[in-house]
Amino acid sequence: MGEPLLAIENLRTYFHTSAGVARAVDGLSLAIAPGETVGLVGESGCGKSVTALSILRLVAPPGRIEAGSHIRFEGQDLLALDDRAMRAIRGNRIAMIFQEPMTALNPVFTVGDQVAEVARIHAGASRAEAWKRAVAMLDRVGIPGADERARDYPHQLSGGMRQRVMIAMALVMQPALLIADEPTTALDVTIQAQILELLAELQQQSGMSVLLITHDFGVVAETASRVVVMYGGEAVEEAPVDELFARAHHPYTRGLLAAMPRLGAPRDRLRTIPGAVPAPTAWPTGCRFRDRCASAWEQCEREHPAIANVGADHASRCHLAAAPGRRAPEDAPPRVEVG
Amino acid sequence: MLTERARAAGRAWARLAPGARLALGVIAVFVLGAVLAPWLTRYQPWQQLDVVRLKSLPPSWAHPFGTDRFSRDVFTRILYGAQLSLSIATLAVLVSSTVGLLYGAMAGYTGGWIDAVMMRFIDAMLSVPRVLMLIAVLALWSPVPVPALVLLIGLTGWFDVARIVRGQAMALRDREFVVAARALGANPARIVWRHVLPNVLSPVIVAGALAVGNVIVLEAGLSFLGIGVHEPMASWGTMFQDAANQFVSTWWAVIFPGIAIVATVLAFNTLGDALRDLLDARQLPGQPAADLPEPAHG
Repeated sequence: MGEPLLAIENLRTYFHTSAGVARAVDGLSLAIAPGETVGLVGESGCGKSVTALSILRLVAPPGRIEAGSHIRFEGQDLLALDDRAMRAIRGNRIAMIFQEPMTALNPVFTVGDQVAEVARIHAGASRAEAWKRAVAMLDRVGIPGADERARDYPHQLSGGMRQRVMIAMALVMQPALLIADEPTTALDVTIQAQILELLAELQQQSGMSVLLITHDFGVVAETASRVVVMYGGEAVEEAPVDELFARAHHPYTRGLLAAMPRLGAPRDRLRTIPGAVPAPTAWPTGCRFRDRCASAWEQCEREHPAIANVGADHASRCHLAAAPGRRAPEDAPPRVEVG
Repeated sequence: MLTERARAAGRAWARLAPGARLALGVIAVFVLGAVLAPWLTRYQPWQQLDVVRLKSLPPSWAHPFGTDRFSRDVFTRILYGAQLSLSIATLAVLVSSTVGLLYGAMAGYTGGWIDAVMMRFIDAMLSVPRVLMLIAVLALWSPVPVPALVLLIGLTGWFDVARIVRGQAMALRDREFVVAARALGANPARIVWRHVLPNVLSPVIVAGALAVGNVIVLEAGLSFLGIGVHEPMASWGTMFQDAANQFVSTWWAVIFPGIAIVATVLAFNTLGDALRDLLDARQLPGQPAADLPEPAHG
């Protein structure tokens, strides 16, 4: 991999609350190459969305990005920029789309107006010119009759159309990196597929990179080339998508894959991972997954596992990497065919 | 575009409660009366027609609301009083709404210690009754010019508005479309202007309509105490004060300004309530109302 577009090193975003320090993201490292789509996968509360907000430096107090974290983007250290320089990057070089297209649009302005606003902010475009760009962009994201629809208010559009508007807002400045935080979670399955297809298509045309945040391995399988699995505020496994589906190493990843319904598989009950994500104010000592892990032994309690290579381009944060014989029989690799 | 506006106005009218339509009618009558006053009457409001022969006359064809003890035509004074009372009230409310809107939006959106300080100031101001505050100033400043009166009433009336707006702005700050605007690179001023203010406008409009009623009463009260609008200018409050102690002999000089005050205040309160019902349903930002049509496209 050449020079990455985005390189996150040892990102730590803590929330200093009265109930203690919540270490939502705790030592995450991650790199995205130009043109690449990386899936960031994990359960609710594992720190995925905070990671996204951290990249854009939008973490609201009491949250804070701790000293010693590094986010390099296009050769700049984002954490060292002043507010004005950071605003020039948001929506311009890095854009973000959100989970809820219902609430991510301002109800009192037309959608065309909202897309045009981005062009006005970053390109200093005149009202008329920004409107033209907005209509063109709405057309590109597949909104039929874009010049008419641009005059609609968000409540006049369906969820799928609203998500297309969000995408248009994000892409109007042709950013180098798009962060998509659960972009299809709130949508019907058929609309989901359309939106993912659209994202892939737009990515191919523009050559941008995408950081796709999701809890849905199905979405990852369809779109991402590389996957980072997050648990307890850190990356626990990282691999190209085919490799991960074929040879998942970390017990957590295996649990997630086993919990996924699949076509053609015998209709057993879906497997679940016992327990819940521990509170970020009190991560367990040693391995953060050990309480829920079938293979855990005393080393896992004592020692926080480092991320280790378990194959070409495949890394896992698990003591099993050095002691493969200790894997419990319940932790068998799921049989997955990548579609 | 224009026809669309007209149609939207028509729909809003249809959704308005019958009481509110009546209220709008009453307000329209008073506004028209105020604006057309020079054409509706031959007299001037301060004009003493004939202090001997035409004083304290009961209602008649020539003087539909009678004349007062200085032989001034009560009907004329009500019309010109409407000019003064209504414009003082609306302008004062405009002042207080604007100040409250900006102050509240700034406090709520900024948050943190700035918000804390700004809100403690409001708490302090609200702990002094508004009427006392006004009496204290006006007692030392007499006769007060009308523009100054408007400013004084306006600048003592924005604390509640600021509180309402601040609460809404705080809730909006964490709303996804505000976060999205920040993620797209909008600066704080733009976010407050485009994403916060328009979405807190509806409670301010409702509060404003109710406040107009309040200010009409307040102005009448101050004038009644002799520290608001001064003679010979006619406001409904000064007319009331002027005639109150001759109530038994010249009841018409008291009753008609009284009716004017009660009717407008009632109308503005009714209108405010109706606007609340109308705006609450659909203007809670981002929550489409139940009666909106299903999305048609996609």
